[in-house]
Amino acid sequence: MTKSGVRKEGIKGTLTGWLYLLPALAFLGFFMIYPLIDVFIYSFEEGFNSASQTYFGIGTYNYRYVLRDPYFLQAVKNTFILVIITVPVSTILSLLISLALNSIEKLKKLFQTIYFLPYVTNTLAVGLVFMILFQKTPYTDGLVNIVIKAFGMTPVDFIEGPYWAKMLVLCVYVIWIVMPFKILILTSALASVNPIYYKAARIDGTSKPRIFFKITLPMISPIIFYLVITGFIGAFKAYSDAVAIFGTDLNASGMNTIVGYVYDMLYGDGGGYPSYASAAAIILFAIVLTITVINLIVRNRTAIEE
Amino acid sequence: MEVRLEHLTKIFPARDKKSSEVIAVNDFDFTIPEGKLIGLLGPSGCGKSTVLYMICGLEKPTSGKIYFGEDDVTDIPSEKRGAGLVFQNYALYPHLTVRQNITFPLENLKGAEKLTKEQRNQKAEEAAKLVQIDGLMDRKPGEMSGGQQQRVAIARALVKMPKVLLMDEPLSNLDARLRLQTREEIKRIQQATGITTIFVTHDQEEAMSISDYIVVMKDGIFQQMDEPQKVYDDPVNLFVAKFLGTPAINVFEASVKDKKLYIGEDQVLGNVNIKDGPVWCGIRPEGFILKDDGALKCSLTGVNVMGRDTSIVSTNPNMTGINIRSIISAEDLKLNSKDSVRFDIKRSKTLLFDKDSEVRIYYD
Repeated sequence: MTKSGVRKEGIKGTLTGWLYLLPALAFLGFFMIYPLIDVFIYSFEEGFNSASQTYFGIGTYNYRYVLRDPYFLQAVKNTFILVIITVPVSTILSLLISLALNSIEKLKKLFQTIYFLPYVTNTLAVGLVFMILFQKTPYTDGLVNIVIKAFGMTPVDFIEGPYWAKMLVLCVYVIWIVMPFKILILTSALASVNPIYYKAARIDGTSKPRIFFKITLPMISPIIFYLVITGFIGAFKAYSDAVAIFGTDLNASGMNTIVGYVYDMLYGDGGGYPSYASAAAIILFAIVLTITVINLIVRNRTAIEE
Repeated sequence: MEVRLEHLTKIFPARDKKSSEVIAVNDFDFTIPEGKLIGLLGPSGCGKSTVLYMICGLEKPTSGKIYFGEDDVTDIPSEKRGAGLVFQNYALYPHLTVRQNITFPLENLKGAEKLTKEQRNQKAEEAAKLVQIDGLMDRKPGEMSGGQQQRVAIARALVKMPKVLLMDEPLSNLDARLRLQTREEIKRIQQATGITTIFVTHDQEEAMSISDYIVVMKDGIFQQMDEPQKVYDDPVNLFVAKFLGTPAINVFEASVKDKKLYIGEDQVLGNVNIKDGPVWCGIRPEGFILKDDGALKCSLTGVNVMGRDTSIVSTNPNMTGINIRSIISAEDLKLNSKDSVRFDIKRSKTLLFDKDSEVRIYYD
């Protein structure tokens, strides 16, 4: 009797638990899981028409089309370059700035606020500023070009000029946009390291670089890892950044990203292709998943070696 | 290595306009003999740790000098002083193994002192063996008990053979049983290495039980330095007398008249060779003799039997504090009345102090 009693309570307990979870689960299911499955299905439905809800057949044609589309390949290339450059550079720069912020005494709060300001600034407003800095117009060469000229070099059109110049602007822009958050997180991570470890290291005559690499870095490594993972995911999903600088016709300027391609396939000038958009979205999902899994494996392996 | 402090003073400046400066250590001037275990004793916040931090170089003295042997080390940075410090919460690097923690100070050595990996490992093994953790070299600090972590911390401080070993409240994070065990261990390690060791504690029993000498301080001011038993038997002032001993010394408001000591109306001692007037009279708990016609009349509150000791708790109108605790051996315990008790007091356990300055008065 006691046994069944316990069991009954067990079921009841589980039920209550599920009931508590229900609102969140319903929300996640409706807005996350269902669309994900739907996109997955669309990506295999050839020639899907969202108005009539009809399609010709089922197969891998959408993927084959997307993977052969030069615009998509350009978008993938752009996205990868953006990820590979901006994630390490922004993380290392943020770490250096946080170390500097942590070591100053006076005006620390002021500098922290200054470094955090870009985070609360509108992306498009920042884009506008970048335009002013980099764009070449009939009236002016842009601030950066004026500086370049002052050093006796030839000015470049960063917004409509060669590919590498445009990519440089986009990378600088993305790095500048993501740094405030990283600096904020890293500054608090550095401050959370117990100063007693630094005292102990000082008594033992540990050099500053050794303190940094042997004590500080291992102690904040979980935070750095978090920033790298979220940085990768964020950079893979970059879109508004490119729009802010190069305008909405990204295919024409050759600066499209994967998310930009998906958007264009749905709503852009050549839009109205939900099947292609879905296939591209699933490919992006696969890429992000793979990178994150690789990150986790690398992380676990280094954690064991430590 | 002998450690000499000369007029050592540390003043922490006021943090803002509202607070005032704090004199953490005030004119410390004493010598710690070579190869001894010294307990630096005082209530919380009296500047003990500051003294320790100044000796190892983590804090810079406001004025005064510190000598290691003949060398003035006051302006020498901490890493060149050759002092080892064991922190209160051990400060072991959590991401490193025990072996890596212990070899960490050795890896910092440069130039002629530089050691090969084998030498470092060998030294770490020796230090670990000394503190008996040689079987745990590949564990991380998080996987060890508090006592084991404490040993690792001591091994890390010892591995570079410091001239002076400093310990900041080494036992305060351990439970009662482990504390007893570890303090014997500290004594053993100190004797085995012969390194001059200074440890800070607020626990007088801890300091009394293992130190060769104890230094008592209060509010940043040096009070007394001597062998533990001598400080207990012969305190220089009322603070030291009250601070040492459990149960604490019983303090009465007393007066001297015609070479006799009175507590209230009761004449408790004769032949007191000091001038007439009020005094503080301290009587150690073991200074009471239970006697039917004893001189000191008290009201009985209760009898506590704690292990081998029996203590009689009583009150007297002239006492300070909440009650009088006297320790009586169990055989002598014969109580005739339920509400009053009378004691004779032992002359050797009765200490007199000046009423104003609280300085000890010798009355023989």
